[in-house]
Amino acid sequence: MALAGNELDGTTDDATVREVARRQRLLSVLARAPGNELLKCWKQTGLDPEVELLRGPESGLVALQGRAGGTGQPFHVGEVSATRVTVRIGSGQVGHAMISGRDTRKAQLVAVIDALAQDPAHADLVEREIVAPLEQLGDEADAKVRRETAATRVNFFTMVRGED
Amino acid sequence: MYVAVKGGEAAIANAHRLLAARRRGDANVPGLTLEQIAGQLSLAVDRVMGEGSLYDPELAALAVKQARGDLIEAVFLLRAYRTTLPRFGHSLPMDTGRMLVERRISAIYKDLPGGQLLGPTFDYTHRLLDPALAGDAPVDAPETGEDSNERVMRVSDILGDEGLIEDDPVTDASRPVADITRTPTEYPMGRDARLQTLARGDEGFLLALAYSTQRGYARSHPFVGEIRIGEVDVDVMIPELGFTVVIGRVKLTECQMVNQFQGSAKVPPQFTRGYGLVFGQAERKAMAMSLCDRALRASELGEDIVAPAQDEEFVLSHCDNVQATGFVEHLKLPHYVDFQAELDLVRRMRAEHFANAARAEDEASATDANREAAE
Repeated sequence: MALAGNELDGTTDDATVREVARRQRLLSVLARAPGNELLKCWKQTGLDPEVELLRGPESGLVALQGRAGGTGQPFHVGEVSATRVTVRIGSGQVGHAMISGRDTRKAQLVAVIDALAQDPAHADLVEREIVAPLEQLGDEADAKVRRETAATRVNFFTMVRGED
Repeated sequence: MYVAVKGGEAAIANAHRLLAARRRGDANVPGLTLEQIAGQLSLAVDRVMGEGSLYDPELAALAVKQARGDLIEAVFLLRAYRTTLPRFGHSLPMDTGRMLVERRISAIYKDLPGGQLLGPTFDYTHRLLDPALAGDAPVDAPETGEDSNERVMRVSDILGDEGLIEDDPVTDASRPVADITRTPTEYPMGRDARLQTLARGDEGFLLALAYSTQRGYARSHPFVGEIRIGEVDVDVMIPELGFTVVIGRVKLTECQMVNQFQGSAKVPPQFTRGYGLVFGQAERKAMAMSLCDRALRASELGEDIVAPAQDEEFVLSHCDNVQATGFVEHLKLPHYVDFQAELDLVRRMRAEHFANAARAEDEASATDANREAAE
């Protein structure tokens, strides 16, 4: 995840950098989480803030770029469907979400959680009950793929024939 | 005078109703769910996403179902759908070097960092039909191994460190990235527009052209430097936030083709590159794309253009199967008036032909008669 260069030059302090990193992680973890798992975690928190939709949910496309040769000049590989939404919760915080796919309910939930996490009263609960467990779930799923792939790794051996 | 011919509404409506029933097939057999198609015909879904140029497995599965398994029709449906949506922006260039690798092989190095990872491949299967699959017998869970945590290094970086392969640098970071869906095509194309065109090109067409390069039509002595398949994060800059977030992941297949030397008085001989990057698990397409990309670099690399695969306009203007099918299939639509004009023309030409023939015969017989008279 790259930070936007000029947003974070010398004029901003460490707290801002930390806040951006926190929000970046939250939005990325939630975007990657399966919708049903996200909903499960959300229900466990028992949170039910007042929500005002400021924009969306809106479905659209994001053009996907790759690089020639993997590292060279960028080019468009195609597009991915995406959904974005902006909400304001009762306590005044504004939350944004953009996720791949067309699950408007999930997008809305991500935006609400993003807003709640900016409220010091709920930040810890959101981290403990939603972000951390979903991040762990994602890491476990990745680890499973890696272990399954590792079993298909070729171990070459050399056959020695004849005497010396 | 212009006379519009109308009719066929009822026939069309009934044809579509019949199509819907035929699509569904035997009503006593359970209908396919999108989960079944996306989960069990995933490579068909991947192909539709790639050539439809839209990554959305659920929609691609719907397209496959609606098209009765006709993948080009499904691609067409997906392309039509994408035109209805606004574009929010673009991702940062995806970093395939940080892929969650499910398969990675190299045909040029046996031992390499990260190893040869076969993953879920058809390679080394015996291509014998498996009658057991006709039923729904449970399958064994995949074997698991110890994850080495080794970085799966790019093969091109290994070669690049020694200068043995040409660089693939960012030549101009400020230049806007070409987009063939927004700007009309112009030849010669930049490599970015060409790679975009090839990425959504028809697998069969590109495969045949790639094959032609191997058979001697623009020979480039290719080796598979590396193929890797797996999921990659999609980072998008969100203007409202002022920073990037991951909006999800997409599965990609990447092929780095390593080809024979190029050198000049200034540059020492080195391997050249062809590149393929395709949505989903689509190894054949990615390989074909990389071979075509390399063949199309002929003029850039100072090679003679002698074969179809090197002809940019030929390859790139015919590789899109939605365009191709549109133009070929339009021939079956009513051409009654066009054809009436042709009929009229051919009748007149025939009349002239027979009139000329008759006149020539008359003249010939008249000459004969004269000759006979003279004798």
